[in-house]
This record gives sequence, C-alpha cells and structure tokens, in this order.
Amino acid sequence: MSEEFNALLTVDDLHATVAGKPILNGLSLHVPAGEVHAIMGPNGSGKSTLAYVLAGRPGYEVSEGGATFEGRDLLALEPHERAAAGLFLGFQYPVEIPGVSYLQFLRESLNAQRRARGEAELSGGEFIKLARGQAEALGMDIEMLKRPVNVGFSGGEKKRAEMVQMGIMQPKFAVLDETDSGLDIDALRIVGEGINRIMRAPDKGVLLITHYERLLEHVRPDRVHVLQAGRITRSGNIELARDLEREGYAELA
Amino acid sequence: MNEAVKNRELKEKIAQDYEWGFVSDVEQEFAPKGLSEDTVRFISGKKGEPEWMLDWRLKAFRAWLEMEEVSWAKLDIPDIDYQDAYYYAAPKAKPKLASLDELDPEIRRTYEKLGIPIEEQKVLANVEGARKVAVDAVFDSVSVATTFRKELKKAGVIFLSISEAIREYPELVRKYLGSVVPQRDNYFACLNSAVFSDGTFVYVPEGVRCPMELSTYFRINAENTGQFERTLIVADKGSYVSYLEGCTAPMRDENQLHAAVVEIFAHEDAEVKYSTVQNWYPGDKEGRGGIFNFVTKRALCSGDRSKVSWTQVETGSAITWKYPSCILKGEGSVGEFYSVALTNNRQQADTGTKMVHIGANTRSTIVSKGISAGRSNNTYRGLVRVLPRAENVRNFTQCDSLLLGDKCGAHTVPYIEVKNPTATIEHEATTSKISEDQLFYAMSRGLDAESAVALIVNGFAREVLKQLPMEFAVEAQKLLGISLEGSVG
Repeated sequence: MSEEFNALLTVDDLHATVAGKPILNGLSLHVPAGEVHAIMGPNGSGKSTLAYVLAGRPGYEVSEGGATFEGRDLLALEPHERAAAGLFLGFQYPVEIPGVSYLQFLRESLNAQRRARGEAELSGGEFIKLARGQAEALGMDIEMLKRPVNVGFSGGEKKRAEMVQMGIMQPKFAVLDETDSGLDIDALRIVGEGINRIMRAPDKGVLLITHYERLLEHVRPDRVHVLQAGRITRSGNIELARDLEREGYAELA
Repeated sequence: MNEAVKNRELKEKIAQDYEWGFVSDVEQEFAPKGLSEDTVRFISGKKGEPEWMLDWRLKAFRAWLEMEEVSWAKLDIPDIDYQDAYYYAAPKAKPKLASLDELDPEIRRTYEKLGIPIEEQKVLANVEGARKVAVDAVFDSVSVATTFRKELKKAGVIFLSISEAIREYPELVRKYLGSVVPQRDNYFACLNSAVFSDGTFVYVPEGVRCPMELSTYFRINAENTGQFERTLIVADKGSYVSYLEGCTAPMRDENQLHAAVVEIFAHEDAEVKYSTVQNWYPGDKEGRGGIFNFVTKRALCSGDRSKVSWTQVETGSAITWKYPSCILKGEGSVGEFYSVALTNNRQQADTGTKMVHIGANTRSTIVSKGISAGRSNNTYRGLVRVLPRAENVRNFTQCDSLLLGDKCGAHTVPYIEVKNPTATIEHEATTSKISEDQLFYAMSRGLDAESAVALIVNGFAREVLKQLPMEFAVEAQKLLGISLEGSVG
C-alpha cells in the first residue's frame, strides 16, 4: 500500500495494557507525511493511552503489535530517544517542575536532542531569540518563560506553553493530547493557528486527539478516526467529526 | 625578548623553590600513633606555638578525656578507636600515579563531568611529573595569590593560616579562639581544640568590606583540607566578608575521622556569608570506606544588627554530623541557614541548624532541602530557641525532603522552644517523592533519565543554590547530578 510506504507513523495491531488492564485492543493507524489525523472518542476509549504508548511512558505495556516512526521501531526507543527522533507529545495535563525555569528546561532539552542528532548546540543567545519568536507567535510574553515550568500557570497558559515548546522543538511529528481542553475561544484560535504554522508541512505529521470537533475547525484534519474500546471503529473526513458532534458516540456504535 | 628571559628566570626560580619543598616532604615527621598529652605537646611544638596555646590545647585534651561521644543523632556510627590514628603528619604524600590512566576511572569521569582541565586533574590525582608540567599553573597561582594578598593587606584584612595567625597575631587569636565554640561544647569540638592541625584565620577590620570573595583564593589553594581543621572568622563593626570553603572535586583522604570547628564572631553591623560545598569521599555503594564528618560550626552575632548567613551543599562523606548555628545576641541581629544535603547509597546525614534568639527583634530564616536516594538516611534536625527577654522575634523555617526510590529515608526533627509570647515562628515542612510525571515529562522533551533527575533535583534545591557565589553555584548544580548517578532507572 502506498499510504503505508509514505507513512511517518504506522501503528499496527497495537495492544496495550495499563496495570494489567487491556486498554488498546488492536489499533492500527497510518499517518503519511504532510497529513493531520484526528482521533476522537469517548472517555476511556484509550485516547490518552495511545498518546502515552507512542511517547514511551513507563507503565504502558505493549502486549502485541507495534509502531514504527519513519520506518524505525518506535517502541524500542527510550522516551528521550523518541524526542530526538522528532516525536513530540503535547500533554493533556502539563506537569509542574518547581525551581526550574521554562527557558532552562527547554534549552537543556533542545540541546540534548541536538546532541543526540549530532547537531551543534544552540548558544544562550540563539536560544533566547528562538524562544522569544515562538512565544510571541503564540501571544505569550517571554517573561512567562522565565518562571518555573508550569508553576502557577492557568490551564490555558499551560496548553499555550505546550505549543511554544512544540515551536521551539520543531518536531517531525506531534501527538497532541486534548490540547484544546481548557481553552477559551480566542485561545483555541491562537493554538489552532500555532499548530498549522508549526506542523503544516509536507514532511511533517500530526495526530490530534480530541473530544470535540471545535479545534478541527481551526486545524482541518485530513482524516478523522473514531476510537472506541481500544480500537478504531470508523474513519472518515471532517464530516465524520461533525456528525459525532451532533449525534454523539453512542449513535455510531 | 626581555619579558621571555624574565619569565624563564622566574620559572627556574620557582622550580628551585619547589625542589626545596620536595626535600622537606621527604623529611616529614609523624606524631606517634595514638592520642595522649605527648601527642598534644608534639603538635604544639611542631608548630612552634606559644605557651598559652599549648596550655589551651592541654586543657581541652583533659576535658575531652572526661567526655562521651554523642548518641542522640539518627546515625549509625561505628566504634572509633581514637588510639589507632595519627594526629599529626606533615602534608601527606599521596601515592604517585604514572599517568591519569591509573586513576580510579570513576573519579576520572567525575573530574571530566565537572569540567576540570587535564593539567589540574593531574595535580589533583598526584600524577608523576604533574607538578613540573603544571609549573605554569603553579606560577600563575603564586602570582595571583600574591596579588590577592596585596589587595587584602591594603584593605587591612588579615587572612592567614591559623598557625601563622597564632604566631603573628597572638592577641587577636587568643581573644576570640573558643569564644563562640567553647572547648567543652561537645566531644568532637573538644577533640579538635586539643589536636587541631591547621585552618584559617580571618579578621576584617571596622568598616571594611572585604574586596573579594575569599572563595577565589581557595580555588587556587585547594589543598587546604585536613582532618582537624580550625577556622576563626572575626568581622569587626560594620564590616563584610564572604567566605567559601570546600571543593566540588571529589576528595579522598586516608583519615576517616574529620572533626572541624568553625567559629564566626560578628560585631555591630557586621555581615558574614559563609558557604560550604562538601564532597568528601562517601564510601562505595555498599557503604565501605568513606569519611566520618563531625563538624561544629557556630556564629555569634554579638553586635546589634549583625548578620551571619550559612549556606551549605553537602553531598559527600559516609556520615555527616553538622549543625551550623547562630547565637543571635545583638539586638536586631539576623541568622540564616540555607542547606542542601544529598545522600545516596549507604550515606547517612544528620544535619540542620540552631537559631538561638537572645536579643530583641532578632530574625532567623532556615531553608533546608534534603535529598535521599539509594539506601541512605537523611535527617534534618533543627532548633529554634527564643529566650524570655527576646521580644518580637521572627523565625521562618522551611524544610523540604525529596525521596528517590523506596529504600531511602528522610526524617525531620524540629525543636521549637519559645519563652517569649511576642515571637512569630513559622514552620513549613514537605516530603515528596520525585514524581513519575515529572520524570516522564522531562524525558519526553529529550532529556535522558539522569539529566531529568538532575534537573528536577536542582529545581528542588534552587532556593539554596542561588545563595552560593555564582561560579560555585554552577559547579554545585553539576555535583548534585553526579552524586545521584545510578540512583534511577
């Protein structure tokens, strides 16, 4: 299949358990370069588990199947190696790290990635310039990034900061786990524009995990998949998302 | 041309001086093994001390015989045979290495991680010929040190080894020695009073702001370490001095028992900032070897509005027993204690502070960050005491513990004794485990497990690290990461 051949991310018959409980039950997915795919589904269908398995969170055990990223066995890599390979996870609940400034955190992370890829590290000056540009593009004051990572940030600020991180890291592929939750209408638009700006490119890909259709009006997905009970039950285009918004998941089951 | 000739001559001169030094190394003498009045007399004689100094030592020795080791700390201290040790040796000759390749690879890796230049590594590791290779370095440090001395002298600051000070400024030393930590204060302080080998004396005259961090000096004279160090710092009215002891490079020593005493005397409006980075050999992963570090550090804020601030980063030693304290006697005087204590493997630390409020309007701040990993035990022990006549005292204590893994221990033992109802005492304490969420978040951004832990731990300790002089803060950060290697994943 040519689609598979092109795929940035291929997930094949993935089964995963958390604390011994099966959550993903044979999930398959192909995201070709240049496309944005949305995954929608009810609570508990396995959306976040998929995101964590792809990023390598400990405790999320793959019992069957696999995933490749640009043809490499993704599951054989440590989380930081996946980041260096170009995978980015936008967290549903970004984590606080007291005492560590955002700028320090991101500079160390980015330079660790660059070292792993054999690229030169960015100097302090180069990094600040990059960070300022990305923060401004997302309507965030650079002063915010001098504060400790996510400490005292509102829900919306945390999500926006995730997008600033994505802009700084410039990943090849982003898994965005409910990046739209907790955003008001203006913030949703800014974040949507950010995703388009950073990730819409012929060599990049996005997996957009969401409950609601509204983010998809800003970031038009090429495909929409419905995740239910740990596997994809339907796929379609944006119309599928609109149907879901109107009728709910129960109707589709 | 002229310059080059001058340089060569200077170098030759230094090489010669060095040879003389080498000869005296060969002739080094040891005190007889064991501890007796004779040992004390031998040490005092070796140093050419005046009669009053010998008497002072002997008095301490006799008192020590009557005392007992402390047992209240949460430490498992093996029996120490005080007769099975040497109490005086001229500078010890470390085993010579043919090249850095012979050095313990673990230590070498640490040197590299700390970014210590190769030539300096050779000197630290005592590689054969390193001194000659490093003649330039020695030359530089000699000239830099001379410049420092000139500058200090111009300012009127006295900064000498305590042995020199006893000879050159006997009245000053006699006046203050033991005035903050009395001989009989505790078992280890008393032992130190009898046999202290060397240490440092600082006197900052009235109104003088010491023109440099005394740390800078130490970084080029890093060999000033010893088994029984004695430090005495006197800050006269309205003066200021910042002093840093220790070294981030791992320090090994044949002597297992270390018992240092530090006394600080602050007069009216004087301010002293004392910073420590301690990285003595902690023993191996199973807890074999390692230094026992029993330290008594105390400051007397004698004058009104005087201020003493202790900052410590403790990562080394098998056993740490240490409570840098402030006696806040002067009205409106201020005491501060900022501490990071990190224990890994089988290390044990029982450390904290005492803030004794005697004067009115005295204030104290305590920020303690304990980090435990491996099978280690880390205890914060702190006393805040407010005496009856101390009106309007304020104290704020924050005491946080961070655990890595589930086999280590963190303990907090605060003592609060308030005898005056106008006091405001605040105590906050937290204990947390390094969270899986934080680790995964940092790793998903590209940091490996060790870097992620180092980052989170440094964040946890930040309030304390930022109190350190800049250049040491950076090294201390690296040190925390290195000390935790192998504790995750």
